[in-house]
Amino acid sequence: MSTERRVVVTGLGATTPLGGTITDTWDAILAGTPGARPMTEDWVEKYELPVTFAATIHTSPEEVLTKVECRRMDPSAQYAMVASREAWADAGSPEVDPERFMVAIGTGIGGVHTLLTQWDNLREKGVRRVFPLAVPMLMPNTSSGNVSLALGARAGAHTAVSACASGAESMGLAVDQILSGRADIVIAGGTEAAIHPLPFAGFAQMQALSTRNDDPAHASRPYDTARDGFVMGEGAAVIVLESEEHARARGARIYAELAPAGMSSDAHHITAPEPEGAGASRAMREAVQRAGLTPADIVHINAHATSTPVGDVAEANAIRRAFGDATDGMCVSGTKSMTGHLLGAAGALEALFTILSVHHRIAPATINIENLDPEISLDVVRGEHRKLPQGDIAALNNSFGFGGHNVALAVKSI
Amino acid sequence: MAQSEQEILAGLAEIVNEETGLDPETVQSDKAFTDDLDIDSLSMMTIVVNAEEKFGVRIPDDEVKNLRTVGDAVSFIQSNQS
Repeated sequence: MSTERRVVVTGLGATTPLGGTITDTWDAILAGTPGARPMTEDWVEKYELPVTFAATIHTSPEEVLTKVECRRMDPSAQYAMVASREAWADAGSPEVDPERFMVAIGTGIGGVHTLLTQWDNLREKGVRRVFPLAVPMLMPNTSSGNVSLALGARAGAHTAVSACASGAESMGLAVDQILSGRADIVIAGGTEAAIHPLPFAGFAQMQALSTRNDDPAHASRPYDTARDGFVMGEGAAVIVLESEEHARARGARIYAELAPAGMSSDAHHITAPEPEGAGASRAMREAVQRAGLTPADIVHINAHATSTPVGDVAEANAIRRAFGDATDGMCVSGTKSMTGHLLGAAGALEALFTILSVHHRIAPATINIENLDPEISLDVVRGEHRKLPQGDIAALNNSFGFGGHNVALAVKSI
Repeated sequence: MAQSEQEILAGLAEIVNEETGLDPETVQSDKAFTDDLDIDSLSMMTIVVNAEEKFGVRIPDDEVKNLRTVGDAVSFIQSNQS
């Protein structure tokens, strides 16, 4: 038996544009369901936004949480709470030492709904109508704080903020915390609720969003020649991570091993990816190396693949730069074609998909590819999802964020 | 026009329920906000502001600390309604 300390995944939870649970979300992924839909909010018309659709949450947290919980938590924390409770129940709601139990839930933007709603209250109704919980609801750590409080985690409550890499970074930090001996069990993931006119307008002004208003279902199309930007999504995804020892001792069901992350920063441009993919490929190589693997062990990549013209090609180049000819043995999925881009929750949700891919030996299809971009020299899974081999396998999940953040997570079968 | 004590109590119970989830039946005149109903200062602040709006009264911050029980609040609201 190995004496090496390993970190394993024992619980999964998510609330996404495709479903109110990870089970429903995964079923929708395997069925190739698009999550984007026209937005019905009056602000879309009021502000004449150039984009009129998004991958909005499938199941409102109001159907799951109490009225009081909803009043006291920003939507980003509501999503995190829903996903965390599901993941904790999925892990068997174990009895744990609170001082060895940690939370690490990242976000890209934080409590932006609360921030802007309360600003409106101040301007329109005066100081006495500002909700006394405005600050604890808008702070970026509102989700990790609330979840630690709800589940009694006292080893620390951490919040990685690295834009669209936040969720994956949180998981990477959680693995390191367990390996360094600071915790036995961690709830880790990401959350985002930024479908609000201001961030939406910001992304639209940046020309980052798809404007395929007449056909939202086909707007998110990573690797297709006609891709024109990402589709804004929202939701949360969370996993329960444990030291293998802790999980085995309590007889937990284990989905997979999560290896320590590879991380880097580009120091190139605040939003644009480094075109040669040097930083991203370093993160990928580091992830493989820290997992004790070689590129030939990686059979599948759940790519960042947001469906932007530049980003998809930059990532494809970075993958090939990282792994050379071994890239040909990796089938690649772009699940944002279905979920849209969940920003700070994206990396976390795609890590869950990668875990389920390794666990069930299935790589999901990328939908909406009519013409594969010839600049993409990857084995892209499309049409039907694909079976992954039996035996020891490993898969990689990439996440990149504005600011030049690169995070790669390696998942190993167990 | 001033409302009856019963009307104010029922209205206040609704506000407390909205904020804390407490059963409106438990919000009785003899109950203390902090010691009996476990309402913290942040929730109290929200309850006060919502009561001001509902009952058309002004409850100054200095006055809030004198409102120990639900009955204290009902009396204050009643005597300040025009």
